Amino acid sequence: MSDPLTLTHLARLEAEAIHIMREVVAEAQNPVMLYSVGKDSAVMLHLACKAFYPSPPPFPLLHVDTTWKFRAMYDLRDTMARDSGMDLLVYQNPEARARGINPFDHGALHTDMWKTEGLKQALDTWGFDAAFGGARRDEEKSRAKERIFSFRTASHGWDPKNQRPELWNLYNARKNKGESIRVFPISNWTELDIWQYIHLNQVPIVPLYFADMRPTVERDGMLLMVDDDRFPLRPGETPVMRSIRFRTLGCYPLTGAVESTARTLPQVIQETLLTTTSERQGRAIDKDAGGAGMETKKQQGYF
Amino acid sequence: MSDQTYVVDDLIAQDIDAYLDLHQHKTMLRFITCGSVDDGKSTLIGRLLYDSKMIFEDQLAALEADSKRQGTQGQAIDFALLVDGLAAEREQGITIDVAYRFFNTERRKFIVADCPGHEQYTRNMITGASTADLAVILVDARKGVLVQTRRHSYLCHLIGIRNVVLAVNKMDLVGYDQAIYDAIVRDYAEFARSIGLDRFVAMPISGFQGDNITTRSANTPWYRGPALIDHLDTVAVNAALDRDTPFRLPVQWVNRPDLDFRGFSGLIATGSVRPGDAIRVLPSGKTSTVTRIVTRDGDLDEAVAGQSITLCLADAIDCSRGDVIAPAAAPPQVADQFEATLVWLNDEALIPGRAYWLKLATQTVSATVQQPKFVVNVNTMEHMAAKTLDLNAIGVVELTADRPIVFEAYADNRTLGGFILIDKITNATVAAGMLHFSLRRAQNVHWQALDVTREARAALNSQTAHVLWFTGLSGSGKSTIANLVEKKLHAMGKHTFLLDGDNVRHGLNKDLGFTEADRIENIRRVGEVARLMTDAGLIVITAFISPFRAERDMVRAMIAPGEFVEVFIDTPLDEAERRDVKGLYKKARAGALKNFTGIDSPYEAPENPEIRVDTTREAAEDAAERIVNHILGHWMPVI
Repeated sequence: MSDPLTLTHLARLEAEAIHIMREVVAEAQNPVMLYSVGKDSAVMLHLACKAFYPSPPPFPLLHVDTTWKFRAMYDLRDTMARDSGMDLLVYQNPEARARGINPFDHGALHTDMWKTEGLKQALDTWGFDAAFGGARRDEEKSRAKERIFSFRTASHGWDPKNQRPELWNLYNARKNKGESIRVFPISNWTELDIWQYIHLNQVPIVPLYFADMRPTVERDGMLLMVDDDRFPLRPGETPVMRSIRFRTLGCYPLTGAVESTARTLPQVIQETLLTTTSERQGRAIDKDAGGAGMETKKQQGYF
Repeated sequence: MSDQTYVVDDLIAQDIDAYLDLHQHKTMLRFITCGSVDDGKSTLIGRLLYDSKMIFEDQLAALEADSKRQGTQGQAIDFALLVDGLAAEREQGITIDVAYRFFNTERRKFIVADCPGHEQYTRNMITGASTADLAVILVDARKGVLVQTRRHSYLCHLIGIRNVVLAVNKMDLVGYDQAIYDAIVRDYAEFARSIGLDRFVAMPISGFQGDNITTRSANTPWYRGPALIDHLDTVAVNAALDRDTPFRLPVQWVNRPDLDFRGFSGLIATGSVRPGDAIRVLPSGKTSTVTRIVTRDGDLDEAVAGQSITLCLADAIDCSRGDVIAPAAAPPQVADQFEATLVWLNDEALIPGRAYWLKLATQTVSATVQQPKFVVNVNTMEHMAAKTLDLNAIGVVELTADRPIVFEAYADNRTLGGFILIDKITNATVAAGMLHFSLRRAQNVHWQALDVTREARAALNSQTAHVLWFTGLSGSGKSTIANLVEKKLHAMGKHTFLLDGDNVRHGLNKDLGFTEADRIENIRRVGEVARLMTDAGLIVITAFISPFRAERDMVRAMIAPGEFVEVFIDTPLDEAERRDVKGLYKKARAGALKNFTGIDSPYEAPENPEIRVDTTREAAEDAAERIVNHILGHWMPVI
């Protein structure tokens, strides 16, 4: 850098995210951080620890659990909550649990009940008025248009045509009765930025992001990992050990793996950059309801 | 179609560590694309993403399918579909909201705000422009400079974007004709001059065909300038990071994990700071020295504009959210009245005189806006008279805040000069504002923090400072009761001062008459004098008709919370007139006295006075006793 006062793009992104988090803590009554244990959540949590250091982040972590995450995710979740000094709240939709909703038998209903409904119930249960989420604008078309402070009605709906103007870095956090705010501190980060930041800051992430020999089956064009014995094998299916890794992490029966030998972060980044498909390609959720899948889900209250 | 890409594939494949090092040291440029509907904004951005390989195979496959179903480009790929993300946008083929897009070159990371063209979505365009370092203004070569082109250029200039690119698009549709290009550039230059935009870079492009996007096009051999990407890669931005700009840290949050640590967190707006720097906290004016710049990765030797930091100071001085930390020798201004440009962003028009929340940096105050001095006709740049500001209107106004705020002119400092107005009922962001200057001529007089505090003075007197504000009709008995109160307090050894309406008009306010404006100024001055006396620790007693609720509330706001005691001497008009101690009612009835309260000028009775005295039921002596007990903390039943 020729001019020492010029910050790198990562330094600017970090400062922006920290500024956003501090604004929320200063202006919201009861904030919470949604923690999905993925790499974006990992970066967001790391930024929160920086923003409030030497205090621990002054809000709890909330994991809206589906009971179908990878086992390695539950391990890291508990470790990170302990190390950060934050309270960890885990919410499982009791109705989904009682009805035994699962990704194998119930398809879209699984996401709807465990995640969309579960999130709404959790926010209402604890009365959170502002929830940090790790969504990025480069992920999906409707997210590219979402404000950093995104308002939700009392029923958690999103009105994309009526978003507040959001000027400079001045955030209007004033809510009407019943409204809540989703706040996206890493809106302006790209997938590459996330990886680079994890690399530079040695942010702990779930080992599933790195390639290893894991038991897999190929189903409907997706490579699925058999993470536990709840995985119902179809006739003729036998788990095969393959060197795989994951670009995103969700419920293990819904998350497609890629065949890979990238065992280090630089190798993962290398593969990411040379790849020819987008990271959400492994996710079933975006493709529902045609081109507007995510927008529709968000209007219904999905994060 | 160009084969050029911005991502260095070979380096990624051969030496990922070297590539990461390269990427790590990239800087960032935020820009917006704007222009009239159908000028090809979305297409240009789709092209930039496509050429920089930010579009993956699965997205491309979906795009090809969408293009055939909904596209406007026949069988060819319609890049606009890639960026128009909302269902309504795809149906109507227009851009409604700002979309943010990302791509990299070897030198920079870019964040593009794709802004809508329609006038009704100006508020969304302003959102995108406010964070941009550069603007690409698109013009359709077949149509030339249109109303929207002017409007967007003006808004970009207004919001302070100093780097402007005029991209004459769709050159392929006019046969790459230089004469057409030149005429458009000439046309635009003339307009640009009229709005004070003295510098812009023009280039002929085709977003659809890819001409002059990544490399200079063979179709425009007459064009000698850079391709768009080359320009974006090298243009110098970030004047806010100038080392000569003084340090400004708006305090967001006070970090207090335990009794041993107290840090002040915020994003540095301008300048830089080092441990040892002498600082001043505004608006209090208290000074101290920076001891540490704390981060989780270790203390810093220096922090600069754009960084989010936590500062520790040598002294335990008052400092909280909304305060600004600045160099002791170069503090920003503090004022409560301003001139500013407003861009109105809400369907409900401005209501002059109504109080809105004003948020500037980390300060939130209540502020009223006066009737606009003028609005700007964005097409002709004419200044026109207006009573209000409607959606998308741009006007110059005067604002009054309910307390002083720390600020700088927007032209000097976006963070301390840019603000939003928020409706107190709907909580909507109704306007964006840019401060010009303060209206008080005292803008360079800084509040001097004093070592002997008001609390210390009052404690020495063994009393709590108060203002007993007597209000009521002429002849209601204000002066009589006020006098009795002062005599009682004095006898108890309390330090008091009675400010009498008639006496003040012989000296301090002898230049004032009895018009409404003069009466308001009379009360304002008395309020300020009373405030100084409470600072001195005195119990101040005032006896003024003070007929208007707004003025009494103005004084209440000047005085420290809990110290203002409104005493309503509630004597009905007919009783006061019957008494007519000074013979004034008789004169007023005869028409010899104008603007007499109760006769031809209204009296607005207090709604919630601390003390109400009904002189038809309570003797003056008893009332005085009750008032004394009230301020000395003794409880007495209300009669």
